Amino acid sequence: MKLRLKIWRQQGPHAAGEFVSYETADVSPDMSFLEMLDVLNETLQLRGDVPIAFDHDCREGICGSCAMMIDGVPHGPQKSTTVCQLHMRHYRDGATIVIEPWRAKAFPVIRDLVVDRGALDRIIQAGGYISVATGNAPEANGIPIGKDMVDRAMDAAQCIGCGACVAACPNASAMLFTAAKATHLGLLPQGQPERSHRAVNMVRQMDLETFGGCTNFGECSEACPKDIGLEVIARLNADFLQATLKEREGA
Amino acid sequence: MHLDPRVPDGPLETKWSDHQFDMKLVNPANRRKHRILVVGSGLAGASAAATLGEQGYEVLCFTFHDSPRRAHSIAAQGGINAAKNYQNDGDSVYRLFYDTIKGGDFRSREANVYRLAEISANIIDQCVAQGVPFAREYGGLLDNRSFGGAQVSRTFYARGQTGQQLLLGAYSALERQVRRGTVTVLPRTEMLDIVVVHGRARGILTRHLVTGKLERWVGDAVVLATGGYGNAFFLSTNAKACNVTATYRAYKKGAAFANPCFTQIHPTCIPVSGEYQSKLTLMSESLRNDGRVWVPLQAGDARQAQDIPESERDYYLERKYPSFGNLAPRDISSRSAKEVCDEGRGVGPGGLGVFLDFADAIRRLGVDTIKDRYGNLFEMYERITGEDPYVVPMRIYPAVHYTMGGLWVDYNLMSSLPGLHVLGEANFSDHGANRLGASALMQGLADGYFVIPHTLGDYLASTKLETVDTDHPAFTTTETEARNQIERLLAIGGSRTVDSFHRELGKILWEHCGMARSEAGLKRALELLPELRQEFWSDLRILGSGDELNQALEKAGRVADFLEFGELMCRDALHREESCGGHFRVEHQTTEGEAKRNDERFAYVAAWQYAGEDKEPILNREPLTFDNVQLATRSYK
Ligand SMILES: Cc1cc2nc3c(=O)[nH]c(=O)nc-3n(C[C@H](O)[C@H](O)[C@H](O)COP(=O)(O)OP(=O)(O)OC[C@H]3O[C@@H](n4cnc5c(N)ncnc54)[C@H](O)[C@@H]3O)c2cc1C
Ligand code: FES
Repeated sequence: MKLRLKIWRQQGPHAAGEFVSYETADVSPDMSFLEMLDVLNETLQLRGDVPIAFDHDCREGICGSCAMMIDGVPHGPQKSTTVCQLHMRHYRDGATIVIEPWRAKAFPVIRDLVVDRGALDRIIQAGGYISVATGNAPEANGIPIGKDMVDRAMDAAQCIGCGACVAACPNASAMLFTAAKATHLGLLPQGQPERSHRAVNMVRQMDLETFGGCTNFGECSEACPKDIGLEVIARLNADFLQATLKEREGA
Repeated sequence: MHLDPRVPDGPLETKWSDHQFDMKLVNPANRRKHRILVVGSGLAGASAAATLGEQGYEVLCFTFHDSPRRAHSIAAQGGINAAKNYQNDGDSVYRLFYDTIKGGDFRSREANVYRLAEISANIIDQCVAQGVPFAREYGGLLDNRSFGGAQVSRTFYARGQTGQQLLLGAYSALERQVRRGTVTVLPRTEMLDIVVVHGRARGILTRHLVTGKLERWVGDAVVLATGGYGNAFFLSTNAKACNVTATYRAYKKGAAFANPCFTQIHPTCIPVSGEYQSKLTLMSESLRNDGRVWVPLQAGDARQAQDIPESERDYYLERKYPSFGNLAPRDISSRSAKEVCDEGRGVGPGGLGVFLDFADAIRRLGVDTIKDRYGNLFEMYERITGEDPYVVPMRIYPAVHYTMGGLWVDYNLMSSLPGLHVLGEANFSDHGANRLGASALMQGLADGYFVIPHTLGDYLASTKLETVDTDHPAFTTTETEARNQIERLLAIGGSRTVDSFHRELGKILWEHCGMARSEAGLKRALELLPELRQEFWSDLRILGSGDELNQALEKAGRVADFLEFGELMCRDALHREESCGGHFRVEHQTTEGEAKRNDERFAYVAAWQYAGEDKEPILNREPLTFDNVQLATRSYK
């Protein structure tokens, strides 16, 4: 296959960026999208051009490193698939593909397609955990938890923290990411004691990080490679509302 | 070099509890005065950093990832073992201990393995308390599955994403400590070297991957939890960035490297599809619970799987190992797959593949049950190959997966370089010559949550540390060396990319130090590797500069270390004239083609000591004694 690629090149955080066009021949339909970029990078280096920087690691759709907008869609056209798992058999010979980094104020560009997603870690620091010190845990089978409940918690816990939800959202909100963690923990009995605090603290941190507010576009869930559903947002909103009401009544 | 494993006296069952009592403690009020440098944020590093932070130490946790949550541990699929005996099928601490020793082909240290089995149950309690959503039965209790090399069901799992859920648990504990101010995480920061002052590890040198800035860090102890070196082979199931740099640099600074030739080839991976292949994808071993492995009886049979009648199929694992069948341990399953492919009975492009067939299981259990158990793995397979495993059998082939070798550590997880502690896949301690499935996650978390928080305290409490700051000449020298290496890499200006060298290295190692090894092959590799290394240093091309994000430069540093390390692997494989676990020397096999161990000569840990540039490393031996299990020929028949 032959492809025409338009790729965002930006040398550093403060440099101006631009789209640069590349032609690639010899693309095999069995290649992954990132392998196609690897091959391009080999060619670039041989002709003396600095290779394109992009984040990636597991290449199995689980670490959440890979992140790019492909023709305006986070992770590209295949539903429920990270870009590292996207394969070239989904493209036609001769196609033009536009590749750019996540665009969000809270995710500054570091270089080319690499962005800084540290804000997501700080949201977790604000409350995305159950406070239990090592060695203090009770017997694991002490609290039975219904299979349905654990399955739902697991659905939310699958979030890989890639940031596609933010990139897809017209407001660049991190609500789906935040709500997925709050829901995972909030559905489990172990997560109850801190549930209200968690909701409030995580949402406040999200605002501090300059993510936008959620106005229920639903693009986030559409773009999520792990199919996290919008109901997690409803749950977090409910928790948040209840917690802030309590706060006000207490005040 | 004197290797003292420092195994406590007394009966196996009480060694650890007695030792915990005997170890010195650091007064809680004094802990914050001790700064601990933890390198790595995978299961081992994150659990250690979080727990040490909880205890009140000042912890710095370094990772080259952009977030601790992205460490390679995230990709573990199948599960984690623990001797809970929830299934009442005869499991016990002793059985898990025994299975691990036997699975490792009697090349690991009894006392360490027993402690691991003992701690295993606490790990599950800890993770459940953190909110890890392990799979449950309808009654609400935890579910288990079986894994290779065991006849009991003791593996806990969270769909096919166990590593992810465990790491997110450890990561959340870590981030909680960040919020409390006890731990500082330094992402996108790569350790380039260890700093040794008066014979003790007292610091590290790092490069910030975005700015290229070299930085010096001083501490009272260094903890390496930097993972395995499977990527020496270029193609492996490891995440792309996994590398040997941290442990290899520690080796060059005086820490002995143990059993580097003990590498694990996993039997169930998706076969290679082309020259551009960048990594191999594991299909979890748990699939072997329900999938049946087979190839056609006749060599060269090119028919589609569904057109080959039962009578013309060879379910070779069930045939050769009737009591373990498709759940035979990894080394044995991998070698059997290679054998049938060498006989010309392999399937798929190039004949490098065998079938893993779910047709029977789907008939017996229904599609829904199979979907429930393996849905995400089936999807992943389909995404990569374009084939639907609910309809046609999967094709699988062995691939490099895990490294049992690693830095030598004593019972307290301290290396032969005082002050340097090593956890998780980076050390050599528990898996001997072959690791059983679902035991790496167990080991990483045991080391991080439950062992190091005690043993490190003992080290700090019983050692008088001199005051050192980052102006110490040892820091200056280390930084100069690192800077010189970076400048040298950038200055070569040759014609080949770093990946092309890495691929070539991988081919040499796979060919000569892979599933089957011979004296001639290893000697050949030891000629080829120095040539390749020389070419690397004269013909490498790295563009860009050292003071910006430069991914090719990062890789070049890692490949430079892999090139030297590959030689150490081959040297170790050459010296070990026996077959054991993942190390199969063709000269040492039974007439039936099974591995032939030589306990008289090789019941020891080979701990290699760096002797200087272009000098042969020195072999030190830690003899292995087995007081509680009998050395036996490993049989899974
Ligand atoms: C595909 C796959 C599936 C697996 N499935 C299972 C399973 O089901 N059950 C099981 O028990 N085991 C499994 N394993 C094995 C297991 O996942 C690993 O052995 C284990 O997770 C290793 O954990 P770790 O903490 O030692 O290292 P890692 O998770 O590899 O973490 C290494 C850390 O060190 C950091 N690091 C490394 N070098 C440097 C440096 N120079 N400077 C700074 N930071 C550095 C990295 O950034 C990372 O944070 C699997 C492995 C693979 C490849
Ligand atoms: S590289 Fe890990 S999710 Fe894509």
